[in-house]
Amino acid sequence: MILEPRFTDDVADLPTHKFGPSSLTWWGIIGFMVIEGAFFALAFAAYFFLMGHEQGWPPEGRQPPNLLWGTLFLVVMLISEVPNSMIKKAAHERDVPTIRALMPVIIGVGALLLVIRGFEFNNLNCRWTDDAYSSIVWTLLFLHTTHIITDWGDTIVLWALMMTDVGWEPRRLVDTDENCLYWRYVWLLWIPVYLMIYWVPRL
Amino acid sequence: MSIQHYQSIFGNAATETRQFNTLFVIFLVVCAIMYLAVIAFLILGLVRRRRSDAANTVEEGRHHDSNPRMQAGLIGWAAVVGTGLVALAIASFVADRSMAVAAAHEKLSITVTANQWWWDVQYNAADNSKMVRTANEIHLPVGVPVHIYLKSNDVIHSFWVPSLAGKQDLIPGRENDITITPRKLGIYRGQCAEFCGAEHAKMALVVDVDSYSDFIKWWRHQLEEAAPPATPLAKAGYAFVTSRNCGACHAIAGTPASGTVGPDLTHLASRRTLAASMPMGEGNLYGWVADPQSIKPGTRMPTIGLEPDQLHAVVAYLETLK
Amino acid sequence: MIPQRVKQEDERLARERAKLARDGPKLKGAKLEARLERTWRRPPGILGWLATVDHKEIGRRYIVTALIFLALGGALAAVMRLQLAVPDNNLVGAQRYNELFTMHGSTMMFLFAVPVMEGVAVFIIPLMLGTRSTAFPRLNAFSYYMYVFGGLLLWGAFALNIGPDVGWFAYTPLSGPQFSPGKRADVWAQMITFTEVSALAAAVVLVCTILKTRAPGMTLARMPLFAWAMLVVAVMIIFSMPAVALCSSMLISDRLIGTNFYNAYEHGDALLWQHLFWFFGHPEVYIIFLPATGFVSVITETFCRRPIFAYPVVVLALISTGILAFGLWVHHMFATGLPRVGYSFYTSASMTVAIPTALQIFCWLATMWDGRPRLQVPMLYVIGFIVIFVIGGLTGVIIASVPLDLELHDTYFIVAHFHYVLIGGAVFPLLGILTYWFPKITGRMMSETLGKIGFWMLFLGFQLAFFPMHFAGLLGMPRRVYTYPAGLGLELPNLLSTVGAFVVASAVVLFVINGLFSLYRGTIAPQNPWGATSLEWATASPPPPYNFAHIPVVESRTPLWDAKGELPVVTGLRVDEKEILLTTVVAAAPDLREPVPEPSLWPLIAAIAVGVLFVSSIFSPWAVVFGAIPAAIATAAWFWPKELKRHPEPVIS
Repeated sequence: MILEPRFTDDVADLPTHKFGPSSLTWWGIIGFMVIEGAFFALAFAAYFFLMGHEQGWPPEGRQPPNLLWGTLFLVVMLISEVPNSMIKKAAHERDVPTIRALMPVIIGVGALLLVIRGFEFNNLNCRWTDDAYSSIVWTLLFLHTTHIITDWGDTIVLWALMMTDVGWEPRRLVDTDENCLYWRYVWLLWIPVYLMIYWVPRL
Repeated sequence: MSIQHYQSIFGNAATETRQFNTLFVIFLVVCAIMYLAVIAFLILGLVRRRRSDAANTVEEGRHHDSNPRMQAGLIGWAAVVGTGLVALAIASFVADRSMAVAAAHEKLSITVTANQWWWDVQYNAADNSKMVRTANEIHLPVGVPVHIYLKSNDVIHSFWVPSLAGKQDLIPGRENDITITPRKLGIYRGQCAEFCGAEHAKMALVVDVDSYSDFIKWWRHQLEEAAPPATPLAKAGYAFVTSRNCGACHAIAGTPASGTVGPDLTHLASRRTLAASMPMGEGNLYGWVADPQSIKPGTRMPTIGLEPDQLHAVVAYLETLK
Repeated sequence: MIPQRVKQEDERLARERAKLARDGPKLKGAKLEARLERTWRRPPGILGWLATVDHKEIGRRYIVTALIFLALGGALAAVMRLQLAVPDNNLVGAQRYNELFTMHGSTMMFLFAVPVMEGVAVFIIPLMLGTRSTAFPRLNAFSYYMYVFGGLLLWGAFALNIGPDVGWFAYTPLSGPQFSPGKRADVWAQMITFTEVSALAAAVVLVCTILKTRAPGMTLARMPLFAWAMLVVAVMIIFSMPAVALCSSMLISDRLIGTNFYNAYEHGDALLWQHLFWFFGHPEVYIIFLPATGFVSVITETFCRRPIFAYPVVVLALISTGILAFGLWVHHMFATGLPRVGYSFYTSASMTVAIPTALQIFCWLATMWDGRPRLQVPMLYVIGFIVIFVIGGLTGVIIASVPLDLELHDTYFIVAHFHYVLIGGAVFPLLGILTYWFPKITGRMMSETLGKIGFWMLFLGFQLAFFPMHFAGLLGMPRRVYTYPAGLGLELPNLLSTVGAFVVASAVVLFVINGLFSLYRGTIAPQNPWGATSLEWATASPPPPYNFAHIPVVESRTPLWDAKGELPVVTGLRVDEKEILLTTVVAAAPDLREPVPEPSLWPLIAAIAVGVLFVSSIFSPWAVVFGAIPAAIATAAWFWPKELKRHPEPVIS
């Protein structure tokens, strides 16, 4: 029995973009954030598991990583939230010129962070082959580095798109808003990673 | 030499496995009852005759209704399942606690170190002169709790003699342990129960549960050094074995051979099995010494290519190591 | 602040927008369908086939590919069973046998069981939810390609004699650099990376589809139970797969660049592997089982002619099983010597997880009691599921007890247990649902006669193959052994199992023959051959590319049974550009109109780039750096619009 359609509401006037949980890509990004969060949570669990076997941590009296570069990284990341929030606000106001001007700031900060990250790797005071402690510390830093690089890459591509006429499309502004959300996640996640790498060995 | 090797979980030969048997039967009975209840409900639901308009189906226009007693049934079912599981969990804890009661005092202590693919067995003693080292075979006095320390030299293995006790893994970097109190005389077979590489299937062991006096006899004999070879052939074998680096891996007490990488051979010929997998016997000795790689490919003992007369001599010597 | 030029452009686009054709009373029936067909069908030819984003095509590919891997995995099992038919056999040597069981387990778990569930879900969920596409259809395509490439890696390596031989679970240190030299274990670990990326992508697609694209009025409380099951499963995948991704990456790095995660002599721990692997491994089996419970709910509802009894209880059972599944993993490690007191928690948790499943079973049985069961082939598979799965569930309760598990762990008793729950609990419902949805997928019915014969062959063959394994385990036969000695009483159970295995294989072959035969000669299927109630049956068999001419509205849990001859629909979606309706998460109120991406080759290209990265990183760590560049370019191109101009309504080109 083929059913005849009975017409009810018309949805033609519904918008095609909205910020926040109405946006489909918002959910996609949340999904990936949860996946990455799970990844880190498990890496933290592995860290504590290995630490639980040891009397001293780092084991064998190894020096913990130098505080300077990791803390510098943290400070720069926290400061980057300022232009990030400005971009987010501009996205809600369809202020494309501001977005076009400020995204290079984030991109520049990203490049700076990658340079600092290089110094961080060099100042961990251990090599990944030394022992399991060194392996997990390098792994945590490496995982977060891939996080930074992918978001940095995303931001560059999005900026290129925003520089074109298509940047005025309301959906591109939703993309920009969500990119800012993701950048927030990247530095928020850095806080526990930073504490794990730099401060837990000092407790 | 034919021996009855027995590897059943229902061997019932130790205190620990008796508790297993009781607990298993309890679980089996409760689970069987639950299963029959499910199947009864299934069959009744399928075959019961319904009056022509009595079912709550879409054809009868009552698909949004449900039999009023089903809700009570659901709650009752949940209660029965929950109660059953709690009862089984309690039975399990009680059995577990009683099995975990450690031996009163450690009368006998053994360290088993697993290797790919053989078992290094060492009887611990206060002084070295009383220490016995053998391979792939354990002798135990009946009724005496034995504490077995479990280590591994390479990968994870699992020590399992089903008729005597549950298994326990041997993990590199950790020391595990297991206590067994054998209750029945007999010969029990065990096997490595954690996949450990190519020849995992060929890593068996034999546990010989003897009367106390027989055990002491065996142990005293194990403490003796190897008898010097008497016949010319055996002497030739001895010369070969001590000059050709067999001693780099194997130890034979009373000879220069003192390697600990491989099994101790001092009383090889009195063991029940060879290479953790074959019955001890002349034919198997020939085969193993001539070409271990073809019998147990990947084993750590190399095939060195013996001439026939060397082979005869070596086997003749090994057969004296009773 | 907005420049005049942009404002003028906005106004021009608004005028264009008003002219766009939309569905409704003025555009319906055959005229509407013709235009929707033109808009939604994918480009022809091989490139179009590779570029498709149609969830029905991708779902079919997943199912067919998974069934091929089922056959390959089954063939391996047949060889294993031939080797084990008699004691001291030398048909297959130790090394080869170790590869066989590694490939069998890995293929069945990673290349068949999870992908087939994903594939069925990807095909049916949008139809069941009343929409035209999944969320993120290009990600969906990418996920399929990653899966296939992972399978090709594993089987290619096996064919080239560098297949893995460390078991599907690859315990360290056996799988580590010292005891598994060469690349076999790396192939395994990287296959995991492929399949886990694929599964995670599919999980994000499913969660977003189920939460955001449901038909108006399909509140969460009216959503079909299969959709609930897939929602729970997708969330489980998101939380559990990272564990296996992490531990397998750590294994690769131990092997390739000298880290020491699993090396006890450098402050690592072999048990770290087991904890991480089983933290994934236990939820994995529920990831396989819960979709099957969804199938059982679908079939039972249709063939008993009433909705499942106590829907809220079933939903809560699915959710609580999903959550509890994460608290059990240590029951795989009872023999490792961890503190006994800690084990008690996992015994309790392992028993507790049986309760929600027991409640689901009651609800299905109550539905049968209260309805009028029709014993057609899909329903037979449900009955077979109950008979077999419950045995497996009960042996699971047995091995939840530590003292019992210490004897039974790593024996053929466990092999029996998990085949009962996996074949009884997942394969039987799967064969039932493939029979049930065959008309929807292909437009034809499968042969009922061949189906009944196949069911009985599978049911009886399964018992013959796997019931004796309980005894083999109780008589002392450990797992993963290429042979066993005579004289232990193992001869009879093994011989029976071997005979049974071939009966099972024949039954599967018969099912495939039935499918192929029916594809060309089966009765043409009407729109709703089973008289079912969910929305996938409100469109043609097979559905047109656009699924529904108008987006349906749902007013109850059983929309087609309450429809009374007409289907309420909404109007106003674009006809000449691809568009779906997004609704709110809980109440499913219409919220947004969302463009659907056009077909694209970039998901395939990105999968190739990522695949090259993964495979070359088996050989060199620098592959991660250099391989990232093409992967990044492909991903950027994927999102970059085909033309940089604004449209009246958004399109994703």
